[in-house]
Amino acid sequence: MSVMTMVKAINNALDIKLSEDKSVVVYGEDVGVEGGVFRVTEGLQKKYGVDRVFDSPLAESGIVGTALGMAISGLRPVVELQFEGFTYPAFNQLATNVSRMQHRSRGKYSVPMVVRFPYGGGVNALELHSDSPEALFAHLPGLKVVIPSTPYDAKGMMISAIESEDPVIFMEPKRIYRAIKQEVAEDKFSLPLGKAKVVQEGSDVTVVAFGAMVRESQKAIAMAQEAGISVELIDLRSIYPIDRETVGESIRKTGRLVVVAEAHESFSVGSELVTIANEEAFLYLEAPPRRVMGYDTIVPLAQGEKYYIISPDRIFYEIEKSFKF
Amino acid sequence: MIQKDLPEVIRDFNPLEDKMLRVIDNEGHVVNKKMMPALDDDTIINAYKLMFYERVADEMAISYQRQGRMFTYTPNLGQEAIHIAAGMNIRHDDWLVPAFREMGVLLSKGVTMKEMFLFYLGNEHGGSFMNAHNTLPIAISIGTQFHHATGIGYSIKQQKKNEAVYTFIGDGGTSEGDFSESLNFAGVWQAPVIFTIQNNQYAISVPVTSQTKSINLAVKSVGFGIPGIKVDGNDFFAMYLAYKTASEHALSGKGPVLIEAFTYRLGAHTTSDDPSKYRKKEEEVEWSLVDPLIRLEKYMRNKKIWNIDTQELKDKYKKDIDTQFKDAEKNKSYPLDDVFKFMYSDMPKELMRQKGEYEQFLSWKENRK
Repeated sequence: MSVMTMVKAINNALDIKLSEDKSVVVYGEDVGVEGGVFRVTEGLQKKYGVDRVFDSPLAESGIVGTALGMAISGLRPVVELQFEGFTYPAFNQLATNVSRMQHRSRGKYSVPMVVRFPYGGGVNALELHSDSPEALFAHLPGLKVVIPSTPYDAKGMMISAIESEDPVIFMEPKRIYRAIKQEVAEDKFSLPLGKAKVVQEGSDVTVVAFGAMVRESQKAIAMAQEAGISVELIDLRSIYPIDRETVGESIRKTGRLVVVAEAHESFSVGSELVTIANEEAFLYLEAPPRRVMGYDTIVPLAQGEKYYIISPDRIFYEIEKSFKF
Repeated sequence: MIQKDLPEVIRDFNPLEDKMLRVIDNEGHVVNKKMMPALDDDTIINAYKLMFYERVADEMAISYQRQGRMFTYTPNLGQEAIHIAAGMNIRHDDWLVPAFREMGVLLSKGVTMKEMFLFYLGNEHGGSFMNAHNTLPIAISIGTQFHHATGIGYSIKQQKKNEAVYTFIGDGGTSEGDFSESLNFAGVWQAPVIFTIQNNQYAISVPVTSQTKSINLAVKSVGFGIPGIKVDGNDFFAMYLAYKTASEHALSGKGPVLIEAFTYRLGAHTTSDDPSKYRKKEEEVEWSLVDPLIRLEKYMRNKKIWNIDTQELKDKYKKDIDTQFKDAEKNKSYPLDDVFKFMYSDMPKELMRQKGEYEQFLSWKENRK
């Protein structure tokens, strides 16, 4: 065991896979010499050479499109896009080819590739460095979309993502890249993709969160506890496939749902979870399912971000409202 | 060869032969007399002062960031000759479509340091460049702005206006699809656009040699049938000549020009970047000796027109810049309304609802105290 941040844990997962599987390659902008702008790939080029860990030209569509070519011809690329706001140029390749190749080729070509990138707000960044675009990718049939919230999960899920025969969008909450430290085994282990985790059991309200919002929800839940409200917290972990069973079961128990996510509220993962509440627990609901999410606006720059970013007391406010409904 | 469309004076600088336009050498001596733009002494002195102002402002910005008073900033150090040469040629009605490392050009369009600071303090009002005519906000997504420049160029042509578009990209940006697509469009439409690649040798950590196998970046114009020229980006006079020529070319209806300004990013990519991770100190030192301000100063001293007390000027500029920073700092916050009101020209009810819910939360929070 050793104490790891999420950056270290993902680095460790990449290291393990590069070491045990010669078909794994890692590339993207600044991932080689520099080790990535967040240092997630630090030291890997030195250890595995420039043929397996390398800097690409600056073109996100090129990075993702070439990864598809590699994935169907014997390699397992793990590519980095520098920030979530720069996934948009690559969206064409994801929507028109990466997500479709297996179906289009009737299974002749599977696409074992991982597209990983930091996402999310709360770091006082420039424009296009604070978005949470998970719903865009989850809406493309053929992609798996996962988001870890702890170093342990990040490692186990990254190992599984690389081993998946399907393309995986691996979103890394940059706000907690180094904020959470945790004991993580140095040896290989993996966690199933598509499985949510009950972080904390409770009986009054179900809170579903993912990424950096899990930690914020935990702070709110401490406030709720003081107010005598028992909250069950689910870390969704996988956006697609979504774990309908775990979420449904919890809502049937508590009768209440509060979703916490950074993305724009409309047409979001939150919308999907509210649908699940209706479909799986309609007759059990004690209050209308609620979403604590970003507005349908661009994430404001630092001075306006305080209005957008979800604070623990805003989560508590919604938990209490749901409880008292 | 499409270069024949360029005026005779720079036609010979064929990018296929990797020729680079230069007017003064590293010691400030004129190497090419017939190339020397006809600028009077006062104009040259003024150009130096503008470059110096940009440099001082840049240094101050970095220092505010280091003091924790400002967020991530993108330094301009070493690229001032390009900016001021462009700035002296761009006219009030010409368009500026920036990337994010062109401070001197923005200032020449009427952007103030207060606005620059506001932007880097995290306030969109600063980045709107409200009072700079025909100037777009900074483009963070690499290369996307080239298309907008071409579209504006089409508008100008279609509306028969006497305007040109100045747009900028970095060496890394030339790898993006948008770069090639927009040059192609501009060529087909013969749009009056002056495309500048600021080749400062690095896209964050990746050297231009890993970015492309082209012998230079100006040569990328050839495939799109538009003239291109590689220019010494640390030579103010060469940059001035290039912009003057390109501007005349574009305004006379002959279409776009691609300029590669060959320079060096003496500072970091942003204040979050640490260049010592990927390049040698010796390389930085070597380039700092051919700094555009040093070269222009040498020229001026050779010509005996150097009359600038840099310390005095620096103190004066610092005072002005600091006043603007403090003004920005004092006015950096903005109301909740501003998050919502610029999204649509008529705000959808859904957004009003979301804002209303947030206001309810705020009053709950207030009552709880």
